[in-house]
Amino acid sequence: MTIVKTELNRRSFIKSSLLTGGGLLIGFNWLAAACSTSASKGQSIPDEWFEINGYLKIGENGVVTIMSPNPEIGQNVKTSMPMIVAEELDVDWKNVLVEQAPLNTAIFNRQLAGGSDSIKQSWPGLRMAGASARKMLMDAAAKKWNVPVEEITTELGILYHKNSGKKAGYGEVASAAAQLPVPKEVELKDLKDFKIIGTSKKNVDGHKIVTGQPLFGLDYKKEGMLIAMIVHPPAFGMKLKSFDATDVKTKPGIKDVFQIKIFNDDYKPQWCDTTSFTELVAIVGNSTWEVMSAKAYLKVEWEPFADYKIAMAGWGGDQLVNVPAGLESTAEHNAKMTAASAKPGKIERRDGNPEEAFKEAAKVIERTYTAPFLAHTPMEPMNFFADVTADNAVLIGPIQSPEYMEKTLAARLGLPLEKIDIQMTRMGGGFGRRLYGHFMVEAALISQKVKAPVKLIYTREDEITFGIYRPAYHALYRAALDDKNNLIAFHVKMGGVPENALHANRFPAGAVDNYLAESWAIESNISVGAMRAPGSNFNAVAEQSFLDEVAEAMGKDPIQFRLDLLKRAKENPVGEKNDYDAARYAGVIELVRDKSGWEKDSAGKNRGVAAYFCHSSYVANVVDLTGDKDNPVIQKVYAAIDCGIVVNPDAAINMTEGAIVDGIGQSMYGQLTFSKGQPDQDNFDSYRLIRHTEAPKEIEVHFVQNEIHPTGLGEPPYPPVMGALANALYKATGDRYRHQPFIKNSFES
Amino acid sequence: MAIFKLKVNRKEYQVDVDPSTPMLWVLRDHLNLVGTKFGCGMAQCGACTIHLDGIAVRSCITFVDSVGDKEITTIEGLSENGDHPLQQAWIEHDVPQCGYCQSGQIMNAAALLKANPHPTDEEIESAMNGNICRCGTYTRIKAAIKTAANS
Ligand code: FES
Ligand code: FES
Repeated sequence: MTIVKTELNRRSFIKSSLLTGGGLLIGFNWLAAACSTSASKGQSIPDEWFEINGYLKIGENGVVTIMSPNPEIGQNVKTSMPMIVAEELDVDWKNVLVEQAPLNTAIFNRQLAGGSDSIKQSWPGLRMAGASARKMLMDAAAKKWNVPVEEITTELGILYHKNSGKKAGYGEVASAAAQLPVPKEVELKDLKDFKIIGTSKKNVDGHKIVTGQPLFGLDYKKEGMLIAMIVHPPAFGMKLKSFDATDVKTKPGIKDVFQIKIFNDDYKPQWCDTTSFTELVAIVGNSTWEVMSAKAYLKVEWEPFADYKIAMAGWGGDQLVNVPAGLESTAEHNAKMTAASAKPGKIERRDGNPEEAFKEAAKVIERTYTAPFLAHTPMEPMNFFADVTADNAVLIGPIQSPEYMEKTLAARLGLPLEKIDIQMTRMGGGFGRRLYGHFMVEAALISQKVKAPVKLIYTREDEITFGIYRPAYHALYRAALDDKNNLIAFHVKMGGVPENALHANRFPAGAVDNYLAESWAIESNISVGAMRAPGSNFNAVAEQSFLDEVAEAMGKDPIQFRLDLLKRAKENPVGEKNDYDAARYAGVIELVRDKSGWEKDSAGKNRGVAAYFCHSSYVANVVDLTGDKDNPVIQKVYAAIDCGIVVNPDAAINMTEGAIVDGIGQSMYGQLTFSKGQPDQDNFDSYRLIRHTEAPKEIEVHFVQNEIHPTGLGEPPYPPVMGALANALYKATGDRYRHQPFIKNSFES
Repeated sequence: MAIFKLKVNRKEYQVDVDPSTPMLWVLRDHLNLVGTKFGCGMAQCGACTIHLDGIAVRSCITFVDSVGDKEITTIEGLSENGDHPLQQAWIEHDVPQCGYCQSGQIMNAAALLKANPHPTDEEIESAMNGNICRCGTYTRIKAAIKTAANS
C-alpha cells in the first residue's frame, strides 16, 4: 500500500456543485434522458445523490456515478478512466454509472485528448479521487459505529467492521461522508490487489451506440436551434474578396447570410488556432438540407493574399510564423523537397565524426523516403453547437482541446473564462483534427450574430478541403558499413512542407558511434497540425524500412540487427540525450519475435518486422502477407506492446487493432494532393480510406506484463505497422516501398 | 415543400419538406431519429444506411419523394429492445471505438444476414465493403457478424 498526499481540496467541492443533478448536456431537451449517463445496464437510479468529490457521487442505494473527465474520441477513456477511480473506491463495477464531465479546470487536470496522455497523466489523480472518497466513507462509518477507522475494511462497495460484525453499503453512509473534510493523505492499493484494472470492461456507451441513441455532437438539438454552414476559400493562398447573397437568401428556409471574422486584429493565436481561412461566409437556415442545398447559390469572389507574418503563442513561447503567398501544388512541393534535401540541413545532433566515417566506408547505403499530406477524415464531420448571449456562451460538441479553446473563445467573444461553458460530446473520431477548434469560434460568432442557438455543420467536402493536414514529409537516410559489414555511421536528413518529422534523439541515435541528424523545412500556406503520432507516423515507416535494407546489406537477420543495436545502446550508449529505454525497446522486439515464431516459422512467408517508440510506449509488429504487387492480402499482423499497466485489456486490443488497420490504410492508400492551392480530393470517392476487404485477416496483440505506470496507447501502435508492411511488401514483390502511398490510388489511372 | 406520409419503424409520420430532401435529413432533422449518421453525403461511406422494405440503402441519396409507401427501418427500429442478434454480438465483441459508423455497419450487416444467413468471410467482407470504419474495427465487425449468424 502506498500513502500519498491528496491534491483534492475544498475547491473541488465548491466548484463541483456545477456537476450536480446529472447536469451534463442539460440542453438536450428531448434527448436528455438518453444522453446524460451510461445508465443502460439495468441499475436502479437512486432517489438522491451525495457528492463525495468532483469525480464522483454516490446514491442512497449504493449506485455510484463517476465522471469521466477527458474527451472521448474512440480511445475508450470514458470507460477506462472511471475504471481507475472505481478501483480505488473499491466498488463493484456493476454499480457504476459514467458521465462525461464538462470542461471544469477547477476540478480536473488536463482535459485534453491528445499525445496519448489521458491515462498516463491522469493515473495519479484518478486513483486519488477514488481513494480519498473511500477514506471519507470509512471515516463516516467509523463515526457512525464509534469505532477506530483503522478497523474498517471495504470490499465491493460495502464497509465492514469485523470485530462488531457491523456492515453498511456505501450508499448508507454517503450522505454523512459528503459532509466530512477531504483527507490530507490517502492509501492507494497495491497493484496486486487490483480487481477492476487489468480486467476487460465493455464500452460504457456500447448499448447506446448499437441502438442509435444520441451521443455525438451532430446529434445535439435544442429548441429553436438554427443550422449553419460556412463557405471557405476554395484554395490555400486565397481569401475572401466579396460575396453576393441575393440568390441564397431567396432559397427556402434560409434566415441569414453574413461574413464572420475568426480573430480580432490584435489577437495572438495559440497553437490550437487555425489561421488559414479566417474570413468566412456563414449561411444560416432552418434545416440541414435547406442550408446545404442553398450553399451552391452563394456568389463569392476570392482573391490571392500577399505574404504575411503572424505572431503565434506556441509551446516554447511566441513565434513569428511566415505565411507565404501563392497557390501551391504537389508537383512544386516535390521539386522543392528534392532540391532542399540535396543541400546541408540544420544539424540537430552529431555524435563522433560521421563525415569522416562516411569517407572511410567500404559501402554506403543511401535511400530516400517520402509521404504525402493526409487529411484526418474522422467519420463525424466537424460540427458544434453554440448558444451565445450578451453575457454567456454555451458550446456543446466534439472537441479534443476544450481547455485551450475556452481561452480562444473568451478572447474572441470578449467574455471572461467562467462565462464560457463547454460540454464535450462523444466524438466520431478526431485523430488530431479536433484539437484545432476554429469551428467552435465559427459556431459562436454565428450564434452571436443571429441571436439564437445554432448548430454548425461541415460537409465532408468542407472537412477535407479545410484541413489541418498531416504535413508532406521527405527523408534521406544513409548508412556507412566497413569492409566487415559493420555499421560505422548513420545519417538522417529530414524535411517537409511546412515542417519536418525529425526526432533526433530517438533510436538508432545512441546505438551508432558516428551519427548525424539534420533537418530542413519548406514554408507553405497550407495548414497543418497533429495527426495520430505526429512525426512518428512518418519516421517509423522511413527508418524501419531503411534499417531493413541495412540489415540485408550486412547479411543480418532484421530482428537480430535491431537487438544488437539496442544491446549497444543499453550497455554502452553513445551520447546522453537518448530518449528511449533500450531494454524495453528490445523487450517488445523479442516478444514479437517469439509470438510470431520468427525463428522457426518464417520459411515461405512474406513477413516484415518493425518496431518503434513514441508517446512513452514501445510497439513491435510482424506483418505476414500473400498476393502480389497489385493485390497484396495481409494475412496476419502481430503486435507486441509495452505501455506499462493495461487498464482495460480488451479495449486496449481493440484500439491496437484499429491503429494497425489505420496504419495499413494510410500508408497503402492515403494521399492528399494540391493543384493551384486546391486539394484534389474532397470526399471518399477521391480520398481513399481502407475498407473491409483490405483489412488484415487476423491481428494478434500481446502486452508486456509489468508494473510500470500506464503510458500512451492511442498513438504508439499506429506508426510501426507501416514499416513492417513495407518490409513484408518487399518480401512479396522484390520491390522496396519507399514512397507513400504504397499502392497507387485506384482513382488515378 | 410538399407533404409526405412515411412509415418509419412501424410508425406513421407526416413531414412537410422539399421533395429533394434525402431521407437522411428527414430522419435526423424532422423525425429526431439521429441514429442514422452523416458521413459523406454521396453513397461512399455507409454511415447513413437504413432499410427500405428490408433492403439496405444509403439514406443520403434516397430522396423523400422516392420512398412512396415502402417501409423504412432505422437503427432505432431494428429491434424492440436493442437486442437484435447483431446488436448483442456487437456488445459481446465490444466492437465500437468512436462508434460513429456502427449504426450503418449494423444496418448493412442486418440486410446481409437476411439475404444470406450464413455468409463466408469473403461474402461478409465484400457485402460490408461500402461501410467505412475510420477507427478500423473491421476485424471485430466480421467476428460479430459471424457470431450473430451462428446465434
Ligand atoms: S453519408 Fe450516406 S453513404 Fe456516406
Ligand atoms: S468506430 Fe469510429 S468510425 Fe467506426
